[in-house]
Order: sequence, then structure tokens, then C-alpha cells
Amino acid sequence: MLSSRLNVRLLPSVFALFTMACSGGHRNDQAPAPSASGESPSAPAAPSRMLTLKDSDTMVILAQRFAEAYMRTHPGTTIQVSGGGSGVGIAALLNGTTDIANSSRPMKDEEKARLRETRHQEVAETRVALDALAVYVHSANPVQQLTLEQLSQIYTGRVSNWRDVGGPDMPIVLYSRENNSGTYAFFKEHVLRTADFAANAQTLPGTAAVINAVSRDRGGIGYGGIAYGEGIRHVKLAGADGQAIEPSLENATSGRYPLSRFLLMYTAGNPSALAADFLRWVGGVDAQRLVEVVGYYPLPGVLPPSAGTTPTPPPAVAPSAAPAAPAAPPQ
Amino acid sequence: MNDIVGETGPRTLDRANQRDSATTSHADLRASISPRGPLQKRTPTPIWHRIAEKMIAATSVAAVLAIALIFVFIGREALPLLWDHLGMNLRDMIFPRQWTGYDSAVYIWQPVGTPEKFNAMPLFIGSLKVTLLTMVWSIPIAIGAATFVSQYAAKRVRDIVKPAIEMLAGIPSVVLGFFALMVLATWLQDTFGFAYRLNAIVSAIALSLTVIPIIFTITEDALHAVPKSMREASLALGARHWQTTLYVVLPAALPGIAAAVILGFGRAIGETMVVLMASGNAAIMEPLNPATSVRTVTATIAAELGEVAQGDTHWRVLFMLGVVLFLITFVLNRLGARVITRLHKKLTAS
Repeated sequence: MLSSRLNVRLLPSVFALFTMACSGGHRNDQAPAPSASGESPSAPAAPSRMLTLKDSDTMVILAQRFAEAYMRTHPGTTIQVSGGGSGVGIAALLNGTTDIANSSRPMKDEEKARLRETRHQEVAETRVALDALAVYVHSANPVQQLTLEQLSQIYTGRVSNWRDVGGPDMPIVLYSRENNSGTYAFFKEHVLRTADFAANAQTLPGTAAVINAVSRDRGGIGYGGIAYGEGIRHVKLAGADGQAIEPSLENATSGRYPLSRFLLMYTAGNPSALAADFLRWVGGVDAQRLVEVVGYYPLPGVLPPSAGTTPTPPPAVAPSAAPAAPAAPPQ
Repeated sequence: MNDIVGETGPRTLDRANQRDSATTSHADLRASISPRGPLQKRTPTPIWHRIAEKMIAATSVAAVLAIALIFVFIGREALPLLWDHLGMNLRDMIFPRQWTGYDSAVYIWQPVGTPEKFNAMPLFIGSLKVTLLTMVWSIPIAIGAATFVSQYAAKRVRDIVKPAIEMLAGIPSVVLGFFALMVLATWLQDTFGFAYRLNAIVSAIALSLTVIPIIFTITEDALHAVPKSMREASLALGARHWQTTLYVVLPAALPGIAAAVILGFGRAIGETMVVLMASGNAAIMEPLNPATSVRTVTATIAAELGEVAQGDTHWRVLFMLGVVLFLITFVLNRLGARVITRLHKKLTAS
């Protein structure tokens, strides 16, 4: 239900059908269906050509794009992507049910320790993209900027009216994420400094749901990945130095924006050849271009600077997307 | 149910056969007069009848076994919490506690963080709040509709209204949740000015759309099953239509109506998707204010179980919530069954 399952394995076949329908059935070579094994001469369909990615909700679209592109350029491989929150991916890695866990928060020490204990494996971390956590308010809200301290007071419930942070006399309605989300953990650690969220913070099962809720609530405030931020006004954030910084590529890569983070992929033990190759590919130019397309920021130094300065607008993740499926498959 | 189908039926059949064999000569005679065909023939029970009987019995056993196994599974995950506390105090699941950084003792559900705070009271209060709110308007609406359809409506009206209400039960709850989230919540907030857009009232209204068909259908059946003779006797004694309905038909159908309400309650407290989507999921301890956001037990389990590592404290606590929820519905069902049999006895004896 929550793990908006996107069976990427099916997508090439769907594409194949689509291209066949469009071109009269002459071409489906660019979309080899890995399920129909043996058609690709270079790679025999063996279990080792199969990779599963369990996902952070924030990363599900990105991971899916990666999988599509990788399968297109590496015929005979199958990559399955499923979402559900960073905790889900890491839990799956601990339980040994996924090859790669995508996470929008670093793995906790106790989680690493548990893996060492139960499966005698070390984790390897790969940086995939750079993301800045944005704070959203309703577009009619005049509040332009907040300090991290104010944000912390708002989310712990010590400030409950917009009047106290320079806005109109209006109660603040808090929107937060379910506690299995990496965004939640990141926010709790970096904004609340591990204090508890106010009890009346409403938790929603996806960034799209948060955006949807804030867009319908004049007093609302929410947070989430910047890639989803369409249709909502972002608030500039001020860190310790008191300068209000807008979430943008330069500010995220330079570290001036206080809430930026790396999106990560984790493997346990010795990754399979396929997983290792996939992770190498993810750090390359092709994959980083996709990062840009999806709306995150590419890893610093991979793309030529001219291409990296203006990230294309985020994809249309309709704010109306159901919270149960925060990451609808892009069509 | 299966007992009746599996055993009583064939047994009466056997008895009929025996009786027939005892009175063969008469049977031949009667056969020519009355068309009582198959029972007259002295065919032995075919072997496949026995096989079918056994298979039907096996399915019923399997159903019971499945429930037992589910209970064993849930219990096995939850119960270790009782003796192996895994670093938490069981008292904190029920009673408020003043944690560091808080001004007073609080009921708080914050399962991620240090220390993890697993007070389940806000969740159960939330579940009960939504369920009771749902029942407050579902019961009168459903029983009223059922009374109208079975006692007053013309046949043509009934043929439209009854299937229409029953079709409500077929709407997937995720669709209802989505409707509540996108349309109902905004409309209610604009109309009544709720501070929380997503709150207990919104989800209770959406929930009532799943509960009303259940209460309606069973109540309607119960009203329909009231013997016509009782109505006619009442009318013959000079009672008006409404008097007959209110003082004769409805009381006579009371056991059925009670069953309907209990089933509706069970459905409401167990429903997950609607409340997950439309209630805002904030674990607040405000039992008396219906316009605040709530977090129900079911939504909590659904939202959080996917994340936790197996065997974790959080994992066990979530299973414990499941056990308690299971016990609540189980006890309610048993109580309901007793109320129904008692009502039934009282009504049929007097």
C-alpha cells in the first residue's frame, strides 16, 4: 500500500508495445524485454542479472529513471524498484531482501551494527545526488524566510501562530512525514536537533501529499524534497549566520543552504558484479544528467559546469497525486 | 453454518430414507399420487456425497485453523514484549510520563528518536473517537433508510434504493479516502472553518459510507424477516402504520439490528485506508474534540510496520497494538453475540 510498487521490469515491455503500436511493429530493439530471456546475445538471462532496489520515497522516481536507462543500455538486466520510505529500504537490506537500499538519510550506526551482527557484512555507501530539503508554505502566506531556530520552535509546538514569526495572526498547521521517511529523520536531526515533533503535527505518507495539504491550507507549513516543490512557495532558511538562503544548486553544493543532503545507495557485503557496475554507472555522466532531469542536483564535479548551473524544472508530479502513491510512474 | 450444511442436511436425508424403507409398500402407493420423486428411491448415499461432505468440513476446519494461526503468529511477535522489555517500560505504553524536555507528564507516540516513546493511548483514543463518531450518524441513517425501504417504500423505489446503498459497500476504501482527502476535507473546512483540514469528522464521514451499507443491509433483512402476521395483527388492532413500525416491527427485528450495529462497529474500527488518508494522523490526546486530527491504531500499524527492522522494540510494539485491537474486536463480537441471543430469547419467549 505504502510501497507504491513500480515494477520497472514491466516498463520496457510496455514501451515495446507502445513503439510497436506506433511504428507498425518494426522496431522494438531499443526496448529489449528482459523477461523474454535469451534474446540478447551479450548477456544471458541469469539470476545474477537481476537487481532489486528498495527505496526512499524521495528517490523512487530517480531510481526508476536510473533503472530504465540502465536496462536500455545494458540489455538482459532486470532492475526492480519499489518505494516505501528510506527505513523500508534499509530494513530490507538488513533482512537481506534487497541488493541495494536507497536512502535519503545516512544509515544509523546501530543499523550498521545490526548488519554486522546478523549477517557479518559491512555496508558500502554511494552518493547518488544532492538534494536540498525545502520548507513550503501556502502561496498566500507572506512569510518569506525563517531561521532554523524558528523552524524548530514551530515544529516542536512552542510557536503556534504565524504572528510570532512575522506573519499574519493565523494558527500554524504543521504537516510532517511518516516516521519511516528519510526526510522525517533528516528534519528531526537537523532542524529539531532530535527533539520530538509536536504531537499535533499531522503526518502524511509522502512529499506529494504534504505539498497537496499545504497548498490547500492557508496556515499550513510542510517540508520535503525540492524536486517535488512545484506549486508551493519555498521559504528561505537562515542558518547560524542569520543569512536567509534560498534552496538552489549553488547554495546546496556550496553548503550555504542549511538543509541540503546527499541521496544515497547502500549495499551490504561484497556487491554483485551487476550491483557494482550499476553503482559505478550511477556516478557517471549519463546518470547524473538524469538526476538533473528528475529535478535534484547532480553530484558536484561530474557534469561540465555549463550544464550543471541551471537545473531543469522538476517533473510534473501533480500535487493531486494520492498520498498512497506519492511517486506516480512518470508517463 | 457448516455444521448445518455438512451434517444435519444429509442426516435428515438418511432418516427419510430409513423411514421410506420401512414403509415400502405405502411408498409405492404414494409415489403414484404425490410427486415426491427422489426421496422415495432407496439409493444408497453415493460415495462422492461423503467426499463432498468431508471436503466441506475440511474447509470449515481450515477457516478456524487460519484464524488460530494468525493469532499465534501475531502473538508470537508481540508477546515477548511482556517478559523481554527491550529497553522500554511497559507502563509507558499506557500511562503518561514526563520525559526530559517536557513540562509535564504526557501521552506521546514518537516511535523514532531517543528515547523512543510508545504511548498507545492517543492511538486507541483516536480509533475510538473516529469509530464512535462514525457510528453516531451511521446508525440512525442506516436504520432509518432500512425502515423506509422495508416498511414504506413502494416496490419500484425499493428496487432502486436498496441496490444503490448496497453498491456503496463495493467502493474501494482507498477511493473513499481519496474523495475525503481531496473534496470533502476542503468543503468541510470552508463551510465550518475547522482549524485542521484533515480531522476526525472528515474521516468519520468517509468511514460512514463504508459502514452504512453494512448496517443497512443487515437491518433491512431483519425487518423483512419479521412475520407478516405480526404486522397485520397490529394493523388489525387499529394501530397506525408508524405505530406498527415503531412498536411492533422494529422491536421484533432488534436482534438483527444489534448484529448489524456490531458488524458496522467492527468494520469501522478495523478500517485502515480511509483514516490513513483523511484523518491527518497526528497522535493527539483530545478525546472530546472531534475537529482535531487523529491517528488510529490501524493507520499507525499500516504506516509504520513497513519500516521497522524485524524483532525491534518498535516492531513488537506494533504487533502488540495489533493484538490489543484484535482482542477488542473479539470481545465486542462475543458480547454482541450474547446480547443478540439474549434479546432473541426474550422476544421469542414473551
